[in-house]
Amino acid sequence: MKYQIAPKKFFYFLYFLCLLYLPAPVHAQHPPSVYAITHAKITTLAGATIDDGTLLIKDGKIAAVGANVEVPAGAQVIDGKGLQIYPGLFDSVTQMGLSEIGAVSSTVDSSETGSYNPDVVAATAVFPSSEHIPVTRASGITEVLAVPGSGGFDFSGNRGVIDGQASAFSLAGWSMDEMQIKRSVAMVLNWPEIETRTFDFATFSRKEKPFADAKQDYDKQVNQLTDWIDRARHYAQAIGHGGPSDFERDVKLDALAPVVRGQLPLLVFADKARDIRNAIEFCEKQKLKMILAGGSEAYKVKDLLRSKDIPVILRPTLYLPDEEDDPYDRALSQPAELSKSGVKFAIASFDNSFARRLGQNAANAIAHGLSYEEGLKAVTLYPAQIFGLADQIGTLEAGKIANVIVTNGDPLELTTDLKYLFIKGQLTSTDNRHKRLYEKYLNRPKP
Amino acid sequence: MSLRTSILLAAAFAFASISAAAPPAPGTSPVILIQNATILTVSHGTIERGSILIKDGKIAEVGAGIKVPAGAKVIDAAGQFVMPGIIDCHSHIAVEGSINEGSVSVSSIANIAEVLDSEDIDIYRDLAGGVTTANILHGSANSIGGQTIVIKLRWGQPSSKLPFEGALPGIKFALGENPKRSNFSIPGQPKRYPATRMGVEETIRGAFTEARDYKNAWDAYNKKVSAGEKNLLPPRRDLRLEPLVEVLEGKRYVHSHCYREDEILMLLRVAKEFGFKVRTFQHVLEGYKVADELAAAGVGASTFSDWWAYKVEAYDAIPYNAALMTHRGVVVSINSDSAAEATHLNQEAAKSMKFGALTHDEALKLVTLNPAMQLGIDKRVGTIDVGKDADLVIYNHDPLSAYAVAQKTIVDGRVLFDREKDIADRAGLENEKKDLIAKAKKAAEKKPEEKKSDEKKPDDKKPDAAKKPEDKPKPPSGAVHRDSGEEAISAPDGGAL
Repeated sequence: MKYQIAPKKFFYFLYFLCLLYLPAPVHAQHPPSVYAITHAKITTLAGATIDDGTLLIKDGKIAAVGANVEVPAGAQVIDGKGLQIYPGLFDSVTQMGLSEIGAVSSTVDSSETGSYNPDVVAATAVFPSSEHIPVTRASGITEVLAVPGSGGFDFSGNRGVIDGQASAFSLAGWSMDEMQIKRSVAMVLNWPEIETRTFDFATFSRKEKPFADAKQDYDKQVNQLTDWIDRARHYAQAIGHGGPSDFERDVKLDALAPVVRGQLPLLVFADKARDIRNAIEFCEKQKLKMILAGGSEAYKVKDLLRSKDIPVILRPTLYLPDEEDDPYDRALSQPAELSKSGVKFAIASFDNSFARRLGQNAANAIAHGLSYEEGLKAVTLYPAQIFGLADQIGTLEAGKIANVIVTNGDPLELTTDLKYLFIKGQLTSTDNRHKRLYEKYLNRPKP
Repeated sequence: MSLRTSILLAAAFAFASISAAAPPAPGTSPVILIQNATILTVSHGTIERGSILIKDGKIAEVGAGIKVPAGAKVIDAAGQFVMPGIIDCHSHIAVEGSINEGSVSVSSIANIAEVLDSEDIDIYRDLAGGVTTANILHGSANSIGGQTIVIKLRWGQPSSKLPFEGALPGIKFALGENPKRSNFSIPGQPKRYPATRMGVEETIRGAFTEARDYKNAWDAYNKKVSAGEKNLLPPRRDLRLEPLVEVLEGKRYVHSHCYREDEILMLLRVAKEFGFKVRTFQHVLEGYKVADELAAAGVGASTFSDWWAYKVEAYDAIPYNAALMTHRGVVVSINSDSAAEATHLNQEAAKSMKFGALTHDEALKLVTLNPAMQLGIDKRVGTIDVGKDADLVIYNHDPLSAYAVAQKTIVDGRVLFDREKDIADRAGLENEKKDLIAKAKKAAEKKPEEKKSDEKKPDDKKPDAAKKPEDKPKPPSGAVHRDSGEEAISAPDGGAL
């Protein structure tokens, strides 16, 4: 205790020192903002591939791409000889930042309780320091859509109906404000299913329900949903006409107003053909813009999807079919089948810790008949187009956000290494929790 | 001799097969010649434009320029790759009903071998992913779980023909969150001992203390019998302790589910105390932290490629695990724990080339020779060598690629999966299905009073919740998952509840 300096005095002492020696508060220097990657093979996804070209990045954006791009003075030059440049991958249904450790509810913010939560927004709960973010970007994914609910359950096993708004963000930045691409990209709707078989969490057992009862429950849910949409429409009309000054505002109906006005698409989670058909019919009747998510049986309604121009976010291809008598490669070959029918689709991870399998899932679809370009676009350009973000991301074109990956090969292949990663035009580290643990224990001395 | 060499030798010695058991009676197994293939032998490098001759269910010749024997069926594999059939060291396919007898903390009385289901469609689906052998394990609800069995994926044969002849049976142990029921609680059920890692150790010590006494009682009895003593009362049989005595006698392998470094060392300590060996650690996601200890103990490690963060004990999981342990001299395999994951174990093995720089051969071994060694069946399977079982997969590309698709899977010299045939048969099956539905509808129309929900399909696969309820109390955090491994709370293809 003898040598203890009173904290306050010590602070003043430090402050005095600072005044003496430091001309300004210490901040890390901003890294250079102009980069030129030269002599690389560039897959722009907006025109022909450039075999020997330069990509110029300036102030967070792509400034130029081409075979004859002039490198400005002061640019940081990266020799891309033998390397390939692609747009970063876009994982368009994830739990990124909303769920850290699946089994620990205190680390999970993905599903709100209750059935109608149109006002909640994923961006609010995305944890920018999540360990999943650096792990995921090291696999070449540069932006994601964080989706509340995502067709999942809350902790009592209830499936919400309207689960909130999905947010798009880049996988690097000091805060969500910096990372965010668009706060509200789509409204999540879990299409109610006619469930004859359910799992009862209270008794932890399987329950069977007669079809008539299940149908009755389903009808009730759809009526409720219809009621919400009707109320939102009336509400939107009222606020659109000014309304009286003491008009009672409602946060949930406020959130649904852009949906009923057709400004915000519904991201509708449905897998079975019957559910997809019902959802399409509902959205058409209500004049709502629909994006299908899940779509395990989308192939059964491909013509309908094509004719109504409804895009699909498919779940991973590496899963088994639902039905015993389905072909074993049903999920793997579906993308090729949809592509042939002209259905627009993206492939997403529907997860966070398995987000890094996104490229693998696309590659497996290609191995089962999808063209390479369509497979690559299904994890880059197409999700960007589907969610109305293609003016900002999805291809390598001047003016877009510089979310760019530089690899030594095909970004979808398992053994390809990511050499340079640019997120919002910043050269971004691929260091992550896994690499750090690896290096730590690689250097463990023999016991 | 360097330390590393001696560890490698020790590991190799520990994994020498008990015996090359008698092969199955091959019967009329055809003579097949695979030609013009890139052969990934795993044991002696790659043979370009090579041939493999299959006779009596065995590999009869391997090399370049083998003549076509009279009457042989020729498979032209030009531009294709042949590798040994994939061995999945952690599987729950081909099981009827639940894999978890979760009511007690020592469920060694239960035996997976008694509930094999040869009609489980997942057998065929995993065959289509190149798997030919699988270690069928009990679940992980108990510190000492049920008895386990190695099977071949002999699709089309009855359950009695699935067991891998001569493969030593096993028993499942489990450490950490699952046996202490951290993530699982069933309303109305009291908390079960153990609820801590301390209790898990004592549950195992307690059981083996009993088993040791039981063994001593029988040994003493048998000694007296062989000394000619008459009118002796034998000790009372205990079906719960018998498998543990087999563990003590080295007649049954211990496959222990685990995650954390501390619990791994705990079980090694307990095994030493009672004088038994742990054959494999399963999952062993923190194995990389204690790789030297694993290598020194000669224990195999069977892990996931890149699963992490689905629970706290999986938060330090890294995709470099397999490579780091391999480099430290541990015999490592990559397993599935899920019928879906098993369909692409070749791809999962490939990830260890990226994460930790394993060579092409080392990566292939993770799903062939190494699991064969871990299961003590490497004299029969795991490499492409003359005399071994003709368990082979033919891929259209290098199997360590996301673009590789299995074309044919051969078990005991029989082509049990053929992609071309599978695709060709689909239209016929679809028609057959339509006919059956039409017949059923017609029958239902005749008896309208009995007509029930048209939504019920009698052949619907049971939801996984029914199959493995014990370890899936919580829904996946987000996605609607399917067919999860028992481990997966949020697996890539996790389980629908």
